[in-house]
Amino acid sequence: MGDLIGKSVKRVEDYRLLKGEGKYTDDFNMANQTFAVYVRSPHAHAKLVNVDISAAKAMDGVVNVFTGKDIKDAGIVGSICGWQVDFKNGDTMKEPGHPILAVDKVRHVGDAVALVIAEDKGTARDAAGAVEVTYEVLDAIVDPKAAAQDGAPQIHDDVPNNTIFDWELGNKDETDKAFKNAHHITELSYHNQKLIPNAIEPRAALGHYDISDDKYTLYTTSQNPHLARLIIAAFVLSIPEHKLRVVAPDVGGGFGSKIFTYNDECGVLWASKQIGRPVKWTADRTEAFFTDCHGRDHVTDAKLALDADGNITGLRTKTYASLGAYLSNFSTCVPTYLHGTLMQGAYITPAVHVDVTAVVTNTVPVDALRGAGRPEATYCIERLIETAAREIGMDPAEFRLKNFIPPFDGVKQPGYQTQVALQYDSGNYEGTLKKVLKNAKYEKLKKERDAARADGKLMGIGFSTYVEACGLAPSALVGSLGCRIGLYDAASIRVHPTGKVTIFAGAHSHGQGHDTTFAQIVADEFGIGMDDVNVVHGDTDSVPFGYGTYGSRSISVCGNAIMKSVDKVKEKGARIAAHKLECSPEDLEFENGSWTVKGTEKSVGFGDVSLTAYVPHDYPENEEPGLDFTSFYDPANFVFPFGAHICVVEVDKDTGEVKVVKYFTVDDAGNVINPMIVEGQIHGGLAHGIGQALYEGAVYDDSGQLLNGSMLEYCIPRADNMPLFETDSTVTPCPHNPLGVKGIAEAGTIGSTPAVVNAVIDALSDYGVKDLQMPLAPQRVWAAMQQAK
Amino acid sequence: MSVNGTGYEHDVEPRTLLVQHLRDNMGLTGTHVGCDTSSCGACTIIANGETVKSCTLLAVQCEGAEIKTIEGMATNGKLHPIQESFREHHGLQCGFCTPGMVLSSWQLLERNPKPSETEIRHAIEGNFCRCTGYHNIVKAVQDAANKG
Repeated sequence: MGDLIGKSVKRVEDYRLLKGEGKYTDDFNMANQTFAVYVRSPHAHAKLVNVDISAAKAMDGVVNVFTGKDIKDAGIVGSICGWQVDFKNGDTMKEPGHPILAVDKVRHVGDAVALVIAEDKGTARDAAGAVEVTYEVLDAIVDPKAAAQDGAPQIHDDVPNNTIFDWELGNKDETDKAFKNAHHITELSYHNQKLIPNAIEPRAALGHYDISDDKYTLYTTSQNPHLARLIIAAFVLSIPEHKLRVVAPDVGGGFGSKIFTYNDECGVLWASKQIGRPVKWTADRTEAFFTDCHGRDHVTDAKLALDADGNITGLRTKTYASLGAYLSNFSTCVPTYLHGTLMQGAYITPAVHVDVTAVVTNTVPVDALRGAGRPEATYCIERLIETAAREIGMDPAEFRLKNFIPPFDGVKQPGYQTQVALQYDSGNYEGTLKKVLKNAKYEKLKKERDAARADGKLMGIGFSTYVEACGLAPSALVGSLGCRIGLYDAASIRVHPTGKVTIFAGAHSHGQGHDTTFAQIVADEFGIGMDDVNVVHGDTDSVPFGYGTYGSRSISVCGNAIMKSVDKVKEKGARIAAHKLECSPEDLEFENGSWTVKGTEKSVGFGDVSLTAYVPHDYPENEEPGLDFTSFYDPANFVFPFGAHICVVEVDKDTGEVKVVKYFTVDDAGNVINPMIVEGQIHGGLAHGIGQALYEGAVYDDSGQLLNGSMLEYCIPRADNMPLFETDSTVTPCPHNPLGVKGIAEAGTIGSTPAVVNAVIDALSDYGVKDLQMPLAPQRVWAAMQQAK
Repeated sequence: MSVNGTGYEHDVEPRTLLVQHLRDNMGLTGTHVGCDTSSCGACTIIANGETVKSCTLLAVQCEGAEIKTIEGMATNGKLHPIQESFREHHGLQCGFCTPGMVLSSWQLLERNPKPSETEIRHAIEGNFCRCTGYHNIVKAVQDAANKG
C-alpha cells in the first residue's frame, strides 16, 4: 500500500553494529558475577571412573566445583529431544538421556564432566586444569553406517546397534517396480560430511537467580529465547515458567547452532542458584568445535531410474544418519521430515522411496545447520540428475527441463502433491532455469569451456535446480509427525498515543535484519515513516510467545503474524475513525496513513486515531481504549522456495585446487520485502554451500578424536576463496500467506553444494572422474586425476 | 596506553591479553573475541597505526601504545566513510565480525587507496565472516576506495 515494501531500505540496526555498540551476551556483566569453565572429556568414549575435585575446590578464588553426581542428585536430567520419530515397525524411538555433566560415561570428546566456578576467568580455567578425572577408555565408533552394524561399540546401554530409529517414506513397491523396468540406472554412494557451524560469536550464558524476587534471568546466545525458556523451565530445571526470563540480545550468527537449548547454558543457570551469585560462561573456540551441534553426516546410497526416453521413473535412497553422541533438540527431524520429504525435488518422479537409519556415534551431537536436511536431499537429487544426464549423453539443462514439474501458481493450478508427503505451494522451475541460462549466457559459456579444455585448462560448468521447504511449519501437521512443539509465531503491534509504533516479534534477529524488514512492513501498511517504528525481540519478558528464527521462517511465519496484528489495528482504527467522521467503518478507505470517507475529502489521520484511542473522550460506545494487538500465525503449509544455480569452476591441473570463477543464481522466494537483505542472505548461504563442497568437513580418527578442531585446521571459507555472485530472481508468490512470501536464508546453501561438485566433475570429465567425495580439497581432486590417468 | 585518544593507566595481570583488557577492564566491548587463537580477526584493533589481532598481544606489551578500536572510528556520532560504505552496501549482517572487518579495511586503504578486488580479498582474508559470503564487504571496500 505504501512504497516501502519491495524497496532496499538500508538497515536500521547497522549504526550501532558498525560503531561497536552491539550488545552480545558476553558484553553483559552483573554485579558480584562469577565465571564458569567446564571440564571436558579428552576421550570419545570412556567409563568415568572418578572425578576428583578436591584440589580444584581448595584453590584461592574458586567458588565451587560441581560434578555429574551433584546435578543427578538434584534430580536434573538434562536437555531433551523435541521430535519423536518412531521405528518402521511402530516401536518407540530410543531416547537416551543427556546429563548436563556426565555421570557414568563420556560419549564424545568435549562431553562435560565438571563445572568450575571462580571469581575470575583465569582462576576458573586454572582450577579446571586441577580437576583430576580418571577414565577407562572404550572403543569408539564414528562412522554412521558402521555404528549400526552388529558388534559395533555400544554407546548407550539402552540403544542396541546404536540405532535410534529406522524410518521410510514414499512408495517402496512402486519404486522397486520402476527400478525393475528401468532402461538406465544411475548410482551414487557418498558421505555428506559432518560440518561444524562456526558462528563467529561463540555461545555464551550469563545466569542469575535473584533470591529476593525468586526469579531467574538468563542472557544467552539463542535464536529462540521463548523455546529456550520453555525447555529450561518445563523440562530441564523445573522452574516455574513465569519466574524465568530469557534474553537473547544481539547474537553473532547462528546458522542453526543457536536454536538448541544446550546443557551448558542450563548448568550455568542452575549453578547461579546454588552459589547465590550470577555465573557467566563464554565458550572458547575449541569448545565451539567440540560442543556446538554439528550438521549433516549422512552416508548415502542413491539410485535414479530412467526410461529409454530420458524420463525419470524412480528414485531410491538409503541413508545412515549420525545424530552424534546424544539427541539434540531437533536432531531426529533433520534426516527425516526435513530430508526425506524433499526427495521429489523439482521433478516429476512418479516413484520415490527414502530409507533412513538414524544412529548415535561417538561424535559431537548433530542437529540443524543452515538448510538442515534439505541440503542433504538436494545434494542427493542434483548429483544424481547431473550424473544421469552425463551418462545418457544429454545436456544437464535439457535433461532438467524435460523432467521438471510444470509451472503451477497454487491458485489457478493446484499445489503439487509430491510422492513424499509434502504438497508444494507454487513453483515455476523452468522459469528460474531458463533465466539463469540466459544470465550465464550458457551457450557461450559452453564454448568457452570447450576452448579452455582445448587449451589444456580444466573448466567446468555445474547446475543445481532446487526446491526447498521452509517457513516451519503448520503446528498440527508437524505434531502428527512427532514434533512435540508448535511451530507458529507471534507478534504484537503496540501503537503509541502519538502514532508511533513498536513491534514485539517472536522471531529473533541475528543478522537477518528484522529491525528493518519488519519495520518496513508496518510503516508501509500504516503509511508512516520507518523512523516511526521500532522492533523489540529477544526478551521473553516483553515479546509474545513465538518460536524464534530458523528454517527461513522469520518473514513467512512471524511476518504474517505481524500482518494479522496490522489488520486488527486497521479494523479498530477504522471504527474509531468512523466515529470521528460520523460514518460507518464500511464507508472508509485507508490509504497513505489516513482513513477517508469514500468519494469525499473527509479524512482522519493515523496519528489522530491513535491519540483518540488513548485519550478516549469522544469515543465509540463499547469500544475498549488503546491500540495494541497480539496475533499468532500458524501457517497453512510450508513455503517452497526454488531456484536454479550455475557454477563455473577452474581446476588447477598441477595442484587439484578448485576455484569458483563465476556463480549465477536465479532464486524465487515469492514476494520480497527488502531485496538488499534477501540478496545478502543468498550470498551468505552460497558461501556456506560452497564451503561444504570445497573446504569444510569434520575429520575424525577411529578413536573419535576430531583432528581438525580449530579454525587453523577446519577450513572456513575466506574472502579470497569466494567469487562475486551474480544473483537474480523470479517472483512466484506464496498462495497461502497474506504477504505472499517464502524464505531465502537457506536457499543459497541448499542449492549451491551440488552445483559446485557438478562443475568440478564436469571439469574433470575428460579424466573419466565420475564422482568425488566432499570436500573437494586439492589433494583429493589431484589424487582422483592421477588415479584416472 | 592511549585508547581512542585518551590516556589510561591500569595495573594488569601479566597474562592479560590486550583484548581482555579492552573488553573487561575498559568496557570497550566493540572488540569481539571469536577464537582466542588469532584466526578469526574479530578482535582486530589498530596499535600504533597498524592493525593487529588483539588476542595475540598481551596488554603489558602495549604499554605506551596508541590504540584505536572500533569505538574510535566514528566522530561526533558520524560514521567513518568506511563504516558508511559498509552500511550503504549491506556489508554486515550479525555484526560480530564487523568491527574487525572495518579496521582491516581501513588498514588496506591506508596502504593501498585503490585496491583491486583481489587485493581487497587478500587484505581481509584474516577476518572470517560467516554471514555475508564477503560479496557485499568487497563492494563496501570498493565503494570506500572510490569515495576516498
